[in-house]
Amino acid sequence: MTLDVTWALLWVRLTAESVRAAKDELTELDRVIGDGDHGENLDRGFTAVSAKLGALEEQPARIDEVLKIVATTLMSKVGGASGPLYGTAFLRAAKVTGIPELDSQGVVALLEAALEGITARGHAEAGQKTMVDAWQPAVDAAEAAAGAGDDPERVLAAAARAAADGARSTTPMVATKGRASYLGERSAGHEDPGAASTRLILDAAVRAAEERG
Amino acid sequence: MSATAPAPRAVARVRLVLVSHSASVAEGVCELAAQMAPGVRLVPAGGTEDGGIGTGYERVEDALRAALDDADATAVVLTDLGSAVMTVEAVLEAEPELAERSRLVSAPFLEGAVAAAVTAHGGGDLDVVARSAEHAGTMFGAAGDGDTAPVPETAVGSGRDAGAGTGAVRTVVVPNPTGLHARPAAVLARMVAGLGVAVTIDGVNGASVLEIMKLGAGQGSTVEVRASGTGAAEAVDAVVGAIEGGLGDL
Repeated sequence: MTLDVTWALLWVRLTAESVRAAKDELTELDRVIGDGDHGENLDRGFTAVSAKLGALEEQPARIDEVLKIVATTLMSKVGGASGPLYGTAFLRAAKVTGIPELDSQGVVALLEAALEGITARGHAEAGQKTMVDAWQPAVDAAEAAAGAGDDPERVLAAAARAAADGARSTTPMVATKGRASYLGERSAGHEDPGAASTRLILDAAVRAAEERG
Repeated sequence: MSATAPAPRAVARVRLVLVSHSASVAEGVCELAAQMAPGVRLVPAGGTEDGGIGTGYERVEDALRAALDDADATAVVLTDLGSAVMTVEAVLEAEPELAERSRLVSAPFLEGAVAAAVTAHGGGDLDVVARSAEHAGTMFGAAGDGDTAPVPETAVGSGRDAGAGTGAVRTVVVPNPTGLHARPAAVLARMVAGLGVAVTIDGVNGASVLEIMKLGAGQGSTVEVRASGTGAAEAVDAVVGAIEGGLGDL
């Protein structure tokens, strides 16, 4: 079973809901090791994405059109570093999804492109307590699942599980990149907010694939 | 650029886009740089679209488009903190036609903007303006490195040559009540850049507003003006005359 534009639209809606629900939690994580605005910034961004999609006279016909709107809106509306990071991720993802439906390899390509966009912009590597610590294992898991012949939904599920584990793994890490690195050793003991929001976004992608019916 | 550099235009070809997390900071730095380089288009892009602290993609894109409104215009982009860099990079990635004519530089926001604006006013091209912004970062770095700071290449070339060979040298007393501070320093640097002759003021590049300011030459202090090569004597006379005349500050 392949994924189409209906899935992409549902993914965006579920992400917006998820981010709204977790807004305070994300902000609290960011307050401890960052500048305390990640939840609000991301909520503002995805609220604006929903508003933009809702205001369209004609709904997008392809996945890449949806992702492009997500990208440009996040870059415009999210004030912090996560705006250009997620914005570039979705922009690069849009470039590889200009096709009607995604099979398993298409899902892998989407996730790989997103990770490339994040590393191109943020220059972070795994182990530095950033969102890369969620994205990198997600991509690895997706590649393995697709290689084993899993369908797109299961590939997404594998990616989301790995992202959740990856996000949890950032808790003991000492940040060496991004705002939290200013804190040095004191950044240990809290989950990275960017990795936490990555977990939400990929979890929403799985639920969108399940709920689409 | 060389001694045959064209005279500055009414509006310099190189524009500056100043991207800050704060609208007030971006506008304030534009205001300051504009006073020193009135012939340069300075476009602020500060804060988020809803007036908060941060940087906004559309703000940066709009500012770049405004800066590049002439077909032959180019833009040097300066940023303050990390995510401002990312926002600019994201815009340049998504808009190749803007990226072609823009240069994102790593430079201190205020000092880089002032140095770049004065260099742009003097008719420097994109490379020269970008370099003057980046060089500003080495000028106010570690305390005490000022004596060994290299003379930068600017629109008029290196001032190092000024001491060698046939040359001209004169001393002059600074008459301004506040010395060679920002605005008179900018007037002087612009004038030197327009001479097409390498001139040094107390050994530093006379075309660099930052180096002149860093001399800290107060009222009543004596500075040495040197030049070499063709037109050296005339250049030194012109600079001495301008300093004696107060650089518009008396």
